[in-house]
Amino acid sequence: MAVCVAVIAKENYPLYIRSTPTENELKFHYMVHTSLDVVDEKISAMGKALVDQRELYLGLLYPTEDYKVYGYVTNSKVKFVMVVDSSNTALRDNEIRSMFRKLHNSYTDVMCNPFYNPGDRIQSRAFDNMVTSMMIQVC
Amino acid sequence: MEGLTLSDAEQKYYSDLFSYCDIESTKKVVVNGRVLELFRAAQLPNDVVLQIMELCGATRLGYFGRSQFYIALKLVAVAQSGFPLRVESINTVKDLPLPRFVASKNEQESRHAASYSSDSENQGSYSGVIPPPPGRGQVKKGSVTHDTVQPRTSADAQEPASPVVSPQQSPPTSPHTWRKHSRHPSGGNSERPLAGSGPFWSPFGEAQSGSAGGDAVWSGHSPPPPQENWVSFADTPPTSTLLTMHPASVQDQTTVRTVASATTAIEIRRQSSSYDDPWKITDEQRQYYVNQFKTIQPDLNGFIPGSAAKEFFTKSKLPILELSHIWELSDFDKDGALTLDEFCAAFHLVVARKNGYDLPEKLPESLMPKLIDLEDSADVGDQPGEVGYSGSPAEAPPSKSPSMPSLNQTWPELNQSSEQWETFSERSSSSQTLTQFDSNIAPADPDTAIVHPVPIRMTPSKIHMQEMELKRTGSDHTNPTSPLLVKPSDLSEENKINSSVKFASGNTVGQQQTGVVAHPPAVPPRPQPSQAPGPTVHRPVDADGLMTHTSTSPQQIPEQPNFADFSQFEVFAASNVNEEQDDEAEKHPEVLPVEKASDPASSLRVAKTDSKTEEKTAATAPANVSKGTTPLAPPPKPVRRRLKSEDELRPEVDEHTQKTGVLAAVLASQPSIPRSVGKDKKAIQASIRRNKETNTVLARLNSELQQQLKDVLEERISLEVQLEQLRPFSHL
Repeated sequence: MAVCVAVIAKENYPLYIRSTPTENELKFHYMVHTSLDVVDEKISAMGKALVDQRELYLGLLYPTEDYKVYGYVTNSKVKFVMVVDSSNTALRDNEIRSMFRKLHNSYTDVMCNPFYNPGDRIQSRAFDNMVTSMMIQVC
Repeated sequence: MEGLTLSDAEQKYYSDLFSYCDIESTKKVVVNGRVLELFRAAQLPNDVVLQIMELCGATRLGYFGRSQFYIALKLVAVAQSGFPLRVESINTVKDLPLPRFVASKNEQESRHAASYSSDSENQGSYSGVIPPPPGRGQVKKGSVTHDTVQPRTSADAQEPASPVVSPQQSPPTSPHTWRKHSRHPSGGNSERPLAGSGPFWSPFGEAQSGSAGGDAVWSGHSPPPPQENWVSFADTPPTSTLLTMHPASVQDQTTVRTVASATTAIEIRRQSSSYDDPWKITDEQRQYYVNQFKTIQPDLNGFIPGSAAKEFFTKSKLPILELSHIWELSDFDKDGALTLDEFCAAFHLVVARKNGYDLPEKLPESLMPKLIDLEDSADVGDQPGEVGYSGSPAEAPPSKSPSMPSLNQTWPELNQSSEQWETFSERSSSSQTLTQFDSNIAPADPDTAIVHPVPIRMTPSKIHMQEMELKRTGSDHTNPTSPLLVKPSDLSEENKINSSVKFASGNTVGQQQTGVVAHPPAVPPRPQPSQAPGPTVHRPVDADGLMTHTSTSPQQIPEQPNFADFSQFEVFAASNVNEEQDDEAEKHPEVLPVEKASDPASSLRVAKTDSKTEEKTAATAPANVSKGTTPLAPPPKPVRRRLKSEDELRPEVDEHTQKTGVLAAVLASQPSIPRSVGKDKKAIQASIRRNKETNTVLARLNSELQQQLKDVLEERISLEVQLEQLRPFSHL
C-alpha cells in the first residue's frame, strides 16, 4: 500500500505529494526528497538504454527498515515517487508498475486539462481520487 | 444530531413543510433556497436564522437533511417563542407552538399562480423562475408589473452583454443570475448570493428577502437551477449594472418568500425541465449551447480545442480550480478537446455552478456525451487538444490501432473503458510488435480486443486433459474432451482410440472438422500438406491456405453458434473441472473468441504460445535468458518465449496440437454437445484422421508463426536501438 505518493516536476519541486496521515508527514516528505538523488542517479546511469515503459519504471530506489521507495520517471522528466510500507508483504513488482502506470495515466489526464498550467500544483479531484484509491486499496 | 422528539402535530407539520421544501422529491435533502424562504417567512431576524442553521448542522453539512430540517423548524419555534436558541432547547422546551410562517400558503399560492400564468405567457417556460435582478429591483410588489418589467429589464441588461449572449429574450434571467453569481467568488457579498438564490425561488419579484445577511450562509447553497439559467459570459459592465440594482432591490425587499411562491416555482420548474433530474439539459438550453458551440466551432461534429474552450469558460469568471474540475468532468474521453456533447455538458455545469449548485464528483448521467463518433474521440485521445481540430475532426484519421474502435464499444462504462483503453493501448503497442497479425485484427467483438492481448495459459497439461476427459466421459459432453485427446494422440501416439470413440460419439465430426479447420484462417498461405487422404480435410486446409476470412466465412458462419456456445462451454468447463482447469478451459473460450473474430489461429497461437511459454518461462527463466541474446529487457522476454517455445516445440508439439486440438475440438464439439449420438466406427476413424491432419497443419503453422514472431522481435530490437541512438536527448 502506498503510504506516500509524490509527483515531482522536472525541476525537482513537488507538484503533488500526499501521504497517509498516520504519521509525521514530514518524514515522508524528507524521504521523497532524498530519493530524488537516487532517481537522478538512475536516470544518468540509464544512458544508452532504450527508453521504454520499463525504463520509465526505476524500481526500488532504496529500502529503509520500514519502507521501500519506488521511482518512476516519465519522458518529460516528471518523476513519480512512491513510498510503500515494508510490512505489507512484498507488493509484487508488477503491482508497483501498474500503480505507476495508473499514476502516469492520471497525470496525463491532468495535463490534458487546458485549465491546468504545467508547473502548477496538481489539484485535480480525479487525480486525488486515483491516488486515494491507490493508497487504500493495496492495504 | 441530538435526538429530536416531536409531538404528533409537530411531526405532521414538519413533514409537510419538509415535503414542501423537498422540491427535488429526494425525500432526503431539502432545497436550501426553499428552506431559506421558509425561515424568512418565520419573520425571524437574520442572525437568528443564521444561528438556527448553524445549530441544526445545515451549514456544516451544506444541505438540509430531514433531521436538520426538523431541528431547524423546532429551533424556529423556539426562537419564535422567545426562548434562547440552544441545542438543548430543542427537546427541553415543552409545549412549543408550531413554528409560524407568515402568509398562508394558499393565499400566496393563488397569488403567485396568477402571476406565474401571466408571466409564462410573456416568456415561456423559462421565464418565470429567474427574474432578472434588475427586474427584481424594480418590482417589489405586484407580480404583474414585475412580469412586464422582467422581459424588458432582462433585455436591457442583456444588450450590453457580450455577443456571446445570443438569445436575448428567451433566456431572460440566466445572464443576470450568471453575473450575479459571478460575485460569489469575488466578494461573499451577502446580498449577492441572496439575490442569486432569490430568483430561483420566487419567480415573480418576490425573490428578494430582507434577510440578506442570513443568506450569506447560503451563498454556496442556492437551489439547483432546475431549468437552466442561461449563462452569459458577460463582461463586467453588465455585472456592474446588476450590482447597482442589487443593493436597491435587496434593501427594498421585505417580502417574505412563502410556501406559495415556492410551489409556483416548482410548477415553473416542472414546466421548464424535469426537476427530478436537475442536471438534465432542456431543449432550449441545448439549443443555446449549440449556438455557443457554433460560435467557436462551426462544425457541429468537430471539436473545440482545449485552449479555445479555456478562453470561453474563463469568461464565466469561475475560479480556475472549478473550471478545471468542470473540464475533468466533461471531457469524457480525456482528449483535451470538447465535442458538442462534452461542450454542452461543460456549459451546463458552468451554468449550474454559477447558480450556486455544487459541482458533482461524477458526471451526471444526463450529461454524459452520447457515444457517437467514438472513433474520432478515440483517435483523438491522448493527443493535445490544440492539435488541429478546427477542421473536420470527424475525419480524424484512425491513428490508433484498429483495435481502438472496439474499445469504443465499451465506452458506456466510462471508468472501465478508460482503464481498458489504457491497458489495451499498452498491450497493443507491445503486442503489435510481437506479432504482425494483430494489425489484421478487426475486432468485431469488443471482448476480442480486450481479451486478446492477455496471455493466458492455453494448454491444459496432459494430466488436466486426461482429467477433463475422465470427468467428461462420465457425461454426455464427451465431445469436448475427446478431441483434446484425439489431438495429442495424433502426433504422439495413436493409441487413444477410446478417446476418439468418445470424441466421435457425439459429433458430426466431418462438418465440425471443416468448420474447425476452416476456423483458423490465419493459417499461413503455405498450403498444408495433409497427411490424411481425406479430401474433405484438404478442402478446409486449402481454405485455410487462403488466409482470408472470406473463404472461411461460410464455415465461420456455422461457427458463430460455436462461438456463442463458448459461454456454455466456459460455464460447463468451469463447473466440471477444478479451478486450475477452469482457468485453462475458460481461457480456451476466451482465446477462441479471439481466434474467431480475427486472425484466429495466428494470434491465438501466439497468445497460446505466450501463455504456454510464459508458464515455462517462469520455470526456466535462466535457461531462457541464455537464449535470449538481446540485452534489452522488454524484447528478451518475448524473445525468450519464442526461442524457448521453438526449442520446446518438438516436445511440446503435443501440447500445441493439444491446444489447437482443444480449440478445434471445442469449436467442433460445441454444436455437437447437444448431439450425443453414436456413429459407426468408420465415421469415427475418418474423423480421427481428419483431426490428425488438422493437428499437424496447425502445429506447423504454429512453428512458422513463432519463427515469424522471433524475426519481428529482432527487428523491433534493432529499431529500438536505432531509435535510441537517434534520440536527441537522452537520460543524461
